[in-house]
Amino acid sequence: MLSFALAVAFALVGAAAALSFLRLLKGPDAADRILALDTLYINAIALLVLLGIRLASPLYFEAALLIALMGFVGTVALCKFLLRGDIIE
Amino acid sequence: MRNWLPHPILTPSLAIVWLLLNNSLEPGQILLGLLLGWAIPRFTLAFWPERVRIHSTAQLLRFAAVFLYDVLVANLAVARLILAGPRALRPAFVVVPLDLSNDLALSLLANTICLTPGTVSARLSADRRSLLVHALDCGDPAELVATVKTRFEAPLKAIFEGDAAC
Amino acid sequence: MSAATELLLSVLVLAGAAFTFIGSLGLWRLRDFYTRLHGPTKATTLGVGCLLIASSVFFSIAGDGWSLHEILVSLFLFITAPVSAHLLAKAALHRRLPSIAPPPEEMAEEERQ
Repeated sequence: MLSFALAVAFALVGAAAALSFLRLLKGPDAADRILALDTLYINAIALLVLLGIRLASPLYFEAALLIALMGFVGTVALCKFLLRGDIIE
Repeated sequence: MRNWLPHPILTPSLAIVWLLLNNSLEPGQILLGLLLGWAIPRFTLAFWPERVRIHSTAQLLRFAAVFLYDVLVANLAVARLILAGPRALRPAFVVVPLDLSNDLALSLLANTICLTPGTVSARLSADRRSLLVHALDCGDPAELVATVKTRFEAPLKAIFEGDAAC
Repeated sequence: MSAATELLLSVLVLAGAAFTFIGSLGLWRLRDFYTRLHGPTKATTLGVGCLLIASSVFFSIAGDGWSLHEILVSLFLFITAPVSAHLLAKAALHRRLPSIAPPPEEMAEEERQ
């Protein structure tokens, strides 16, 4: 039962990542692209957590944590860039 | 005391984060966590000029429970709205006047608004007296403002500013 | 693993994946930037939250002892998702992106100063 649920979940999260990627390609504004990237980070975290359960390996958790940290810093830096035209003043 | 333990709440929080990160409860890790929890606030004192005061723990716990429940409800509502399609939406910008002055309470309020009732906080006005909020589906702006004020702002004010008005 | 925990895990995994998908669907489907912002900040956060609870339960049962470090990622996402959303909304207002909802008057004035 769990393996079936995991297969469905992989499909759903994969589709979610595809939709975010389409929005990343389409834009139309830079802010939309940053939002799409931020969503892609979160989709990647979801995929890694699912993979960790599927392979019963706790190793993937560390990668998920790192993506969460780096994704947030990246989004904030890009937003600052949009707001000020400069990252470090 | 004030110099040696400048942030009595931050220290145990950092220790708990350390233990979660290591996923263990060994005595050595607890000691190391407490040491880090003491050292990090001590040496980054310049970033934390204000001391956090929690006036009412009971209120804090109640607020956390309300928050978690609202996150669940708001998520179901947003999911339903997205599935219903863009035509069913009534988006609106709403200005929420603020009574809070404490920095931490303000950021917590902004974060709570983002996660809960179908709204995203967009901008704090320059004089910190009002918060611009974007609602995904808002029939009545006055009702939204009233909900935010009574459900989230009043408890936050009681917790961080010690006002027993709510 | 008993049948009950397996059922619980399956439900959590499916709910989490469904919320993640709906969040991205909102990102794709809605019409202006401000409404799009809602999908990823809310639905996706809860979706990943569900998946992380499932992972925590799974490793607590399958591995040796409790596995609670997933809480850390959920906590981190719950703190950072609103901050990113707030900054994105602020950046969008700054760039005057078109919006379905009428943009507020005093904001436009503040921008001019």
